[in-house]
Amino acid sequence: MSFFAALGRPEVLDLARQTHYFWALLPEIVLTLGAMLVLIVDVIHKGDRSEPSRGSIPVLTLAVLAATALANTALFGLRDVSANGMVAVDGFRTFTNFVYLVAAALCIAISMGYLERRGIMKGEFHALVLFATLGMMLMGGSRDLIMTFIGLEVMSVPIYVLVGFDRMDPRSSEASLKYFLLGAFSSGFFLYGIALVFGAVGSTNLTYIAETLGTGTDHGHERLLMAGMALTLVGLGFKVAAIPFHMWTPDAYDGAPTPVTALMSTGVKAAAFAAFVRIFAVAFADAGAQWVPVVWWLAAVTMVGANLVALTQGSVKRMLAYSSIAHAGYLLVALLSGGDTGKAAFLFYILAYTVMTAGAFGIVIANSRDGEERVTLEDYAGLGLEKPWLGAAFSIFLLSLAGFPLTAGFLGKLYILRAAVEGGQAQLAVILVLASLVSYFYYLRVIVVMYMRPARSEGWHAGAGLPLAARTAVLAACVVVVAMFFAGAVPMRWAEQSALSLWRQPAPVAASPAPASLFR
Amino acid sequence: MQQIPLEQALGLSALLFAIGAFGVVIRRNAIILFMCIELMLNAVNLAFVAFSPRSGVQGQVFVFFVIAVAAAEAAVGLAIIISVFRHKESVDIKNFSLLRW
Amino acid sequence: MLLLQEAAVHATSAAAGQAGESFAAFAPWLILALPLLGFVLNGLLSITAARRALPALPPVGDPHWDAHHEPSEQEHHAHGDDAHPAAHADDHGAHGHDAHGHGPKPATHTLPSFIAPGVLIAAFAVAVVNFLRMLAAHPETAWVHEYWSWMPVNDPTGALRVGAAIQLDQLSMLMTLVITGVGSLIHVFSVGYMKEDPGYPRYMAYLNLFVFFMLTLVLGASYPLMFVGWEGVGLCSYLLIGFWFKERANADAGKKAFIVNRIGDFGFLIAMFLLFANLGTLNFAEVMERAPAQMAFGGAVVTAVCLFFFLGAAGKSAQIPLYVWLPDAMAGPTPVSALIHAATMVTAGVYLVARSATLFTMAPVASLVVALVGTATAIFAASIGLKQWDIKKILAYSTVSQLGFMFAAVGMGAYVAGVFHLMTHAFFKACLFLGSGAVIHAMHEALHHTHSDMDAQDVRNMGGLRRYLPVTFWTMGIATLAIAGVPPFAGFFSKDEITGAAWDGAHGQLPLAAGLAKVGIDGTLWFGLIWGALSIAAFMTAFYMGRMMIYTFFGQNRTGEEERKHLHEGSWTLTLPLVVLALASTFGGFLNVEREVPIVRWFDFGQGEALHRWLHPVLAGADQVAEANGIAGAAVEPSAVPIAVAILLGLGGLALAWTMLSRRALRTAAEEPAYANGVERVLYHKYYVDELYDRVVVRTVGWLSRLQAGFDRYVVDGLVDFGGKMSEWLGVALGRFQTGQVNTYAFAILIGVTLVLYAFVHT
Repeated sequence: MSFFAALGRPEVLDLARQTHYFWALLPEIVLTLGAMLVLIVDVIHKGDRSEPSRGSIPVLTLAVLAATALANTALFGLRDVSANGMVAVDGFRTFTNFVYLVAAALCIAISMGYLERRGIMKGEFHALVLFATLGMMLMGGSRDLIMTFIGLEVMSVPIYVLVGFDRMDPRSSEASLKYFLLGAFSSGFFLYGIALVFGAVGSTNLTYIAETLGTGTDHGHERLLMAGMALTLVGLGFKVAAIPFHMWTPDAYDGAPTPVTALMSTGVKAAAFAAFVRIFAVAFADAGAQWVPVVWWLAAVTMVGANLVALTQGSVKRMLAYSSIAHAGYLLVALLSGGDTGKAAFLFYILAYTVMTAGAFGIVIANSRDGEERVTLEDYAGLGLEKPWLGAAFSIFLLSLAGFPLTAGFLGKLYILRAAVEGGQAQLAVILVLASLVSYFYYLRVIVVMYMRPARSEGWHAGAGLPLAARTAVLAACVVVVAMFFAGAVPMRWAEQSALSLWRQPAPVAASPAPASLFR
Repeated sequence: MQQIPLEQALGLSALLFAIGAFGVVIRRNAIILFMCIELMLNAVNLAFVAFSPRSGVQGQVFVFFVIAVAAAEAAVGLAIIISVFRHKESVDIKNFSLLRW
Repeated sequence: MLLLQEAAVHATSAAAGQAGESFAAFAPWLILALPLLGFVLNGLLSITAARRALPALPPVGDPHWDAHHEPSEQEHHAHGDDAHPAAHADDHGAHGHDAHGHGPKPATHTLPSFIAPGVLIAAFAVAVVNFLRMLAAHPETAWVHEYWSWMPVNDPTGALRVGAAIQLDQLSMLMTLVITGVGSLIHVFSVGYMKEDPGYPRYMAYLNLFVFFMLTLVLGASYPLMFVGWEGVGLCSYLLIGFWFKERANADAGKKAFIVNRIGDFGFLIAMFLLFANLGTLNFAEVMERAPAQMAFGGAVVTAVCLFFFLGAAGKSAQIPLYVWLPDAMAGPTPVSALIHAATMVTAGVYLVARSATLFTMAPVASLVVALVGTATAIFAASIGLKQWDIKKILAYSTVSQLGFMFAAVGMGAYVAGVFHLMTHAFFKACLFLGSGAVIHAMHEALHHTHSDMDAQDVRNMGGLRRYLPVTFWTMGIATLAIAGVPPFAGFFSKDEITGAAWDGAHGQLPLAAGLAKVGIDGTLWFGLIWGALSIAAFMTAFYMGRMMIYTFFGQNRTGEEERKHLHEGSWTLTLPLVVLALASTFGGFLNVEREVPIVRWFDFGQGEALHRWLHPVLAGADQVAEANGIAGAAVEPSAVPIAVAILLGLGGLALAWTMLSRRALRTAAEEPAYANGVERVLYHKYYVDELYDRVVVRTVGWLSRLQAGFDRYVVDGLVDFGGKMSEWLGVALGRFQTGQVNTYAFAILIGVTLVLYAFVHT
């Protein structure tokens, strides 16, 4: 990182000094400027004519994401010595930032061609994706509850719009309305939770909250704090789509344009989970006795319920939506498993999950046509035989989602299970195994249909396919899914280091026990 | 000047919040639903202000953030409602059930 | 072979005092790598060939499509019986269409002729270099080199370390020479025998792979590594028995071999587990070092280990009760029978026992069991061989019987005698099998000309072949004399050592006899029994071999007029290996002439008991155990009786066969009535053992399987299906909540909020 050092980056950040925020927020700054650039370029291209945007817009968007990723590397090896910075400067943030960027890039890549066919090729789409990504980065990287809330809104508002981006499609609009109403509803709960925590602890700074809870001093507002934690949990549970706060998910995922669905099920979920980890596993670590049982039940109900309902879905897109809910359950297990291994397993899984889910939605896009989305199971009959590459790629993604060996999903689940057993959550581990056993049925059913049922008619799949860029992205996702199994140790080591950094916050109150004492 | 006790302010805030939440559950008009949500946000604002004397002045600052965010949400939300209205000529959410099961 | 003799001379001088020079192995990994390389190359060729020969998909609705235009591998073995030498080259006149053979053959069918024998001969050369170095140094300890760590398991209760290590000592050296030497000859033979077969490259690939695994078996420095080779040769055996898999019988024979071997492998595994549990290691050197200290002499553990190892050996080496697969294994091509099912793989069990000599010496009861089972197998299989008509079946039962001799030897603690017989048997049995292959090859070709449906392997259909196949006749004749135990051919010396050991045992002069006495068993009676049984078996051997030779080569020719014209000797690739093996069968015995034994010492040309000295370092551990427990054998008083009896029996058997059969007018298979006599019928039907196994084992297992299948289908599947249905109902029920109404969703969230709030405030 001598490059950034040469540009004047200090070795140690002190966020008490405002100028140091420039370095702490460098990726966000690059991303914001980039998103604005995309908007401006689009407007300059089009003037006041109503016509599709040029093909250079997605390329520019990808370039902005790449620049952001580069800026993100500036955070490597940095740490913050201040007590109350608004953003976290740690490996966890760097790692999750990369995850959001990967999710956004895959979303943009698989949207190529799709937007043109649906007649919604507009530069706003790309700018909104970038702004949503900015929101994710702010939400996942914040060290202050208010900052988390603002990040959440910066992320959600563009997503509300993106879900309804296909204005001509009543399903898209309807999904957007539902998602918007329920999203705002749930962020009301989240905000109320923040207010109550603020009232109980006297600050919204996560580090401060962790220290206050860690010292164990009776602040006299136990109930206020509990209520605040509960409502915060509801808000986050909604965003990660945990049962019973999940009901918007299938509808919103189903109605949204498929690239947006991919982004929602990967980036948004990852950001919400990152905030979940920071708020609950770090800030509220010493109140674990209260929240761990609740989250335990959330995880268990989510895994079981989502997999059961997924069994009955006739639409592959909806099935993937329920699958995404089920995966939220698995990730909650990782969160509950505590300690570094749990967080490392969480990071590893979120990365694997992002790649394989986005890839799977890429195949859903490949199977769609001009006006219609071919998402029913019968639409996939014979796909594997007529389009062997698409079939093979989809099989790999589905097997990985199911957790089949030789894929990243298997290793990810293995890490979660290991962390769960080591962290004393053996019962959850058992539930996880049983639930994913059920999931095999609906994942494999798609593969069976693809390879063993004849297509509806001759040449039914003739139009299936992706443009070159999207094809490359899906292929890369495929390779990553397999490579992460064989070279799983590499990302896992990175994830472990990133997870470690989560705890290495500067601790001005020397006497305070480690925030994670509950989990060690 | 007599300060309003914290408990009373919080009670009012909770009441407003509950009214908003129940409104979301029972009302069918999308715009009224949205107003209920705004009511919830304002209940939170009240709580922030109420906590402010004890927990610090940030509480009052947060209110401005919340108002700004709510404004953004309102802009987007009303646009979405208009977009939906164009399809169905209605803002009654009962009519929106293309997506279910 | 001649090298071995030379070796004997050197060994003598080495023992005289040259020892001390340290042994440095010369790239022993090459011995393994070369056949593996051959496998890879031939495998690639066979894939290429198979892809090319893949029949094009028949165009739909075209009745004129003819599969024969694109002959796939296997196509040409749809008719005929199990052994199918490449007799198709000349049959095109009759069939009228060209399949292959005319014109230049593709490279995929010519290159293996050079690759496969080439790598083997190169491996043999490397082995010889190592052998000469070992000869010069005559190291007292084994040369072990670990190339990489294969199975390092760190466990708090005890670490398992298995390296990919090669162990070169006198025993593995000898086995390597036999495998690569005899293997090279059989590969050369295979070139002549199989080159017209459509699956030629595949065949050569399998054969190379087999040699690789066989060498892994003998060169591996630990039991797990040996087990890798053990399983690998089993796999190759399965693949080669079922080489012509289009015929169900061949595929079934392959499966039978595989399944029966599984039973043995189970024993091998259990033995390894026991060893590891008790000694904490599985490397040969460490096992042999720790065993005497950590396990009680004659104790239950070491006995169990040895018995389980023997179960494994019985499977691989076709001993009672697991011998049934070997005769069926003759379904494979004849060179395969020679290499795998006579010379090398089936002797792996003997190698295993000899390798574990220290353990077996510690377990006299287990050793006695080995000896008794070996003896029983020897006499039992020999009696079946008396009444078989299929030339390969005769040789197969003969192999089983000879393996019984070897096990009797190693069971009695006469490890050198066992290994010695293993070696000479490799020579003469390979010679016999290859000779039979040459006969079948000639018969098949002749019968093909007239499309006769006579059985080309039935000795009754042959007769008088010595005029047409002189080289084959002479070489097989020598091998027959060798197996019958006629001096001075190789089999005489090795077999004599075995019966001699039994005789000594009957007089209480074997360490094992003393060992048995120590655990309270009077062994002398048993050894007497063994000696008697082995002598009878030797007599039977001489008789059935004489019978086979007479039927095949003497008397009137019974193939028929037209066919007779086409009987002729094969190419040099067929005859050269025969000649070399016949020479080895002639002189191989001089390697280990026991100077002390009467009669035998007439044949001592100065080199003495070279093999004994050669193998001494390997068996030193066993000797130490014997000495430490005070059971080292008393000085052997050489006796002329067993030798004289052995010679008499060998010559007598041959003579009896001659007197009984040479005058009689022999009839062809079609004319010959089925056996009427009860005993004959029982022998012909191999004591109905297959039928017995079918009734007792196969059907019982089948019945249990059906029971289990029913249980599985109705109870287990029922439960699973019920679970699946329940899941689906639950899913549907839960899905009903998904009404699409925002109010419902908000209500669900509100209920969630209430529950969570309640949970938080009340804990």
